[in-house]
Amino acid sequence: MSRKEEIEEEVNELGREWGKKLLELLEKYGAFELEGVEIEAEELNLDLRPSAATMAPIPVGFSITLSTGQTFYYSLAGAPAAAPPAPTAPPAPPKPKIEKIIEVEFTPPVTTYSRQIEVVPIGATKAEGGTRSKRLYVGGEKAPAFYLFEAEQPPPVIAMDVFDMPIPLAKPVKEHFKDVLDNPVEWARLEAEKFKADMISIHLVSTDPLTEGRPVDKAVKVVEELLQAVDVPIAVGVPGVPEIDHQILKKAAEIGEGERLVLNSANLDTDYIGIAEAAKKYGHVVIAFTAMDFNNQKRLNRELLNAGLPRDSLIMDPTTGALGYGIEYTFSYVERFRLAGLMGDEEVAFPISCATANAWGAREAWMKAPELGPRELRGPLWETVTALTVALAGADFFMMDHPAAIQTLRDFFSYMKSSVAAKAEEIAEWVSVKI
Amino acid sequence: MSKKVGPLDIYNLLPRTNCGRCGESTCMAFATKLIDGVYELEDCPPLFEDPKYAENLAKLKELTRPMVTYIDIGPKERAVRIGGKRVLYRHELTYHNPTAIAIDVSDDLSDDEIAKRAKEIDEFKLVRIGEELKLDLIAVRSVTGDPKRFSEVVKLVMENTQKPLVLCSFDPEVLEAGLAVAKDQKPLIYAVTEKNWKDVSDLALMYDCPLAVFVPNDLKKLRSLVNTLFEKGIEKVALDPGTFLGEGFKDTINNFTMIRKAARDGDKLLGNPLIGVPLISWTKPEAVPELTKWREAWMACALLLRFADMLIMHSYDVWVQLPLLTLRQNIYTDPRKPVAVEPGLRVVGNPDENAPVMFTTNFALTYFTVMSDVEKLDCYLLVIDTEGLGVDSAIAGRKLTADKVAEAIKESGVEQKVKHRKIIVPQLAARLKGEIEDLSGWEVIVGPRDSSGIPGFLQERWKP
Ligand code: SF4
Repeated sequence: MSRKEEIEEEVNELGREWGKKLLELLEKYGAFELEGVEIEAEELNLDLRPSAATMAPIPVGFSITLSTGQTFYYSLAGAPAAAPPAPTAPPAPPKPKIEKIIEVEFTPPVTTYSRQIEVVPIGATKAEGGTRSKRLYVGGEKAPAFYLFEAEQPPPVIAMDVFDMPIPLAKPVKEHFKDVLDNPVEWARLEAEKFKADMISIHLVSTDPLTEGRPVDKAVKVVEELLQAVDVPIAVGVPGVPEIDHQILKKAAEIGEGERLVLNSANLDTDYIGIAEAAKKYGHVVIAFTAMDFNNQKRLNRELLNAGLPRDSLIMDPTTGALGYGIEYTFSYVERFRLAGLMGDEEVAFPISCATANAWGAREAWMKAPELGPRELRGPLWETVTALTVALAGADFFMMDHPAAIQTLRDFFSYMKSSVAAKAEEIAEWVSVKI
Repeated sequence: MSKKVGPLDIYNLLPRTNCGRCGESTCMAFATKLIDGVYELEDCPPLFEDPKYAENLAKLKELTRPMVTYIDIGPKERAVRIGGKRVLYRHELTYHNPTAIAIDVSDDLSDDEIAKRAKEIDEFKLVRIGEELKLDLIAVRSVTGDPKRFSEVVKLVMENTQKPLVLCSFDPEVLEAGLAVAKDQKPLIYAVTEKNWKDVSDLALMYDCPLAVFVPNDLKKLRSLVNTLFEKGIEKVALDPGTFLGEGFKDTINNFTMIRKAARDGDKLLGNPLIGVPLISWTKPEAVPELTKWREAWMACALLLRFADMLIMHSYDVWVQLPLLTLRQNIYTDPRKPVAVEPGLRVVGNPDENAPVMFTTNFALTYFTVMSDVEKLDCYLLVIDTEGLGVDSAIAGRKLTADKVAEAIKESGVEQKVKHRKIIVPQLAARLKGEIEDLSGWEVIVGPRDSSGIPGFLQERWKP
């Protein structure tokens, strides 16, 4: 076997093993059969490039260049050893003699904020005029995200994505849904029952003229079917084609009357006024989407409210950049919006949505690249970190794909609700732990 | 640094000789960049050399004191600086001194294992968008509790790495054994505690090394201990309020946040660099190591976002470090960095008249990603002004239209540079195909969905 094949074989094996265990242990949803991680030979191009032996100080190394143009460098040989330190006498011991710890106080630096973030109810039970088994609430923060000494952090709402036609999905995600990819109703059922999704987010991408160009009336039928098939709240997503988007959301608003759907989303290029009016008339929530622009977000929010959308029916989405692909912009926009809202800017004092699954657009998440580790772990970790980052900035509403990423985000939020103080003894001797 | 301090306030206290030793041609330029955090006072040597500036230096120190002090770990020429933060929120000003990542090497391993591990940590390197991502420090842990073994291992590690060290033990004897061999390396001493503080603080003074203060989950006691150390004349300290697993992580996040906010409010005792220890994941390992690593990885990311200036970890598997190092690369950028790059035609490599022509948007991230994928090719890349939006949002927002593409082709002059009339467009822009063809007269070839596919795509499909 060539070195390349050996690496591939190793990674195949590890990928299978780790992927399986991760699922079994992290999610406890029972075992999934994972297909092997196949590595297509043409995707890899191992480029062994030892440097000249005469150039002693430069460590010998090699780089791995993917045919995609990415190069990863590894060093093999040792860096020149550090020169042994010259022996010098230790300097004289200190002067001031202090026998006891000089005690001081600590007061938590609590700020009082002038405004609370809006609480937005999602989904309606029978008593509330719908047919959902429960109502979810998103928002309600009284302090910046996880400033737990100032206020509790409300729990997040995590919606799981469903698409109304088979679309290219990253392998680690596809594994979980491969039997239902052509059946959105079964897909949603799997998520609601097996993965205990808080809610389902159906994306009607089939209406895009570049995919199937399915007529709006026909496509929206799926929403009706989902309302029958699952009892969790539902979000309806559009293909991102301005002239179609508003039609879908108006239609969905009508057929989902009273269910408090989340209409995802209104933006400045579509008929957002019409969407706001439909949401108001039939009792739904609207996500206001802008592309990382503080003023545009304020303007869109303002105009939606002016069109009659109640304050408890608006969620903002300032765009989620994936880890490695703009997440720093998202982090700072979300943090700024949240602070501005708490400080009293009523135009932005709304819950914030994070299209976390955008993480799968990052090649580091989906690409077969054995030198970066098995994507069965790398992929969901990429989505997890994307979610955590935006959560720590202030997001409340997450649309996610991978069960392990969802589970980790849930764990994180539940840890943050703990009512028992951490015990110092638990970690007092960490330094000498044997690993 | 207080918001009210301007370059002029700094300038007035500088030597004002324009000697140029700081690398700037004028003291004024230095003052401006000092405010922006490009320089520290140490970068102006005359201030420290000439006693006549002593008084001004003291004033400058007070004036420029960041809300979080910094400490340097390691010998001067390759010291790792941690802390030095000037703001609480990233959008206020660039975060300085990216979170340093230390990987542990414990003294219970065999010598071969130790040498191998130290070497691997030393040489760990990933290249991402033209930047090398590396680990920063090695934390030598005393597991055996034997001072002799510790000094041997510190020596062995030093022979295999250039990375500065953190010496980890709560036993003053063990620490001293390590310091005796590593004192010229100016390691970080981890850690002084409520129990060992008298002896360990003496060591910090004697060896003139920075000192980590470890007081788990009690900020009053942590402040008191720092206060005591300051009284003793120890200035360079870093704080570890404890990293806890599971529900305990709540107190960790809460303590980190309180400490940094108190520092922002002027608390000098808490205004010191913060140390997080995701390695704690290994104190209660999960059933398989991958899950312990998984937990270590996400805890590290959460701590990096919540103000950690340094992290001590165990795992350096690429899949664990890549998201963390990427997050660090992202978060520690200038928040004022524009989202858009200059539009226009880019000549990549040495394209001839048959070279492929493609376009992308001027959203910085799209642009840099595409650039890094095509940089080894010979081609023309047309950067369209989409007001800083990526391909799909630009199309949805009418910032990327067939008109714009056709116009950009004309104005770029690419028609004089190539003989063919074929342009490769991003798959996400496929819907513009017909219109672009009508308006520009160029044939449109729909390219791959992700720009990483371009080199392969060209090999297979490009025929001028
Ligand atoms: S080194 Fe100091 S004195 Fe010399 S130009 Fe720079 S700031 Fe001025």
